Amino acid sequence: MKLAVVVNGSPTASQAANTALRYVEAALELGHQVPRVFFYGESVHTANMLTTPPQDESNLTLRWQALSQQHEIELIVCIAAAVRRGVMDDREAGRYEHPAGNLADGFELSGLGQLVDATLNADRVITFGGQQ
Amino acid sequence: MSQTATILLVLRHSPYSSQIAREALDAALTAAAFEVPISLLFINDGVYQLLAKQQPDQLQAKNLSKTLSALAMYDIERLYTASHCLELRGLSNDQLIVDVETLDDSGVSALFHQHQHILSF
Repeated sequence: MKLAVVVNGSPTASQAANTALRYVEAALELGHQVPRVFFYGESVHTANMLTTPPQDESNLTLRWQALSQQHEIELIVCIAAAVRRGVMDDREAGRYEHPAGNLADGFELSGLGQLVDATLNADRVITFGGQQ
Repeated sequence: MSQTATILLVLRHSPYSSQIAREALDAALTAAAFEVPISLLFINDGVYQLLAKQQPDQLQAKNLSKTLSALAMYDIERLYTASHCLELRGLSNDQLIVDVETLDDSGVSALFHQHQHILSF
């Protein structure tokens, strides 16, 4: 089955990004396809490369990067949601005259059209997290 | 795809406690721009998004209900809510800013089954 995964919840204030990651790992193991994960709302903080949890804690950003590389999964971050929350690549940072971008490698800023496209091309859409 | 793709957006949160309500409506407008038939279901605290006479300027927030009033211009005309979500909060249909169809539990269940894709916010 072709799955579209949408993450809305914050990586620190909710369990959403962690549960989504474990869900994708399990789905791939069962032979399902996950071509794209769309990060929206508070989940865009997952793509902040400056996130530095203590060494004995799980680093979600690195785990998503590794999973994406291993299975060629697109990690799309909604550009409007990200810029609003201070997550941006060097190009957007330059546009807003910030000294540097902070988008982690392997993540890509794009528009909400990618969410609609992923939804329409999937057998199922699975959403993780809400308000936080 | 054999049948026409349809999307049901489920809006579950109050309008100004976080950005999620605004971002859900942005997703709805984007889907409408793709000419995908789209329905909105307001449940739980999401019913507060439907209230008329919102005064978010007191919170220095933009008025979300204006976007709701403009949905028809984007051909988003199928709006639903659940009667028990309104009742639980002491709200009635005449307090709402747009026309929504009020469903009972089996109606909500049927709505989920009628749509090919569900996006939950």
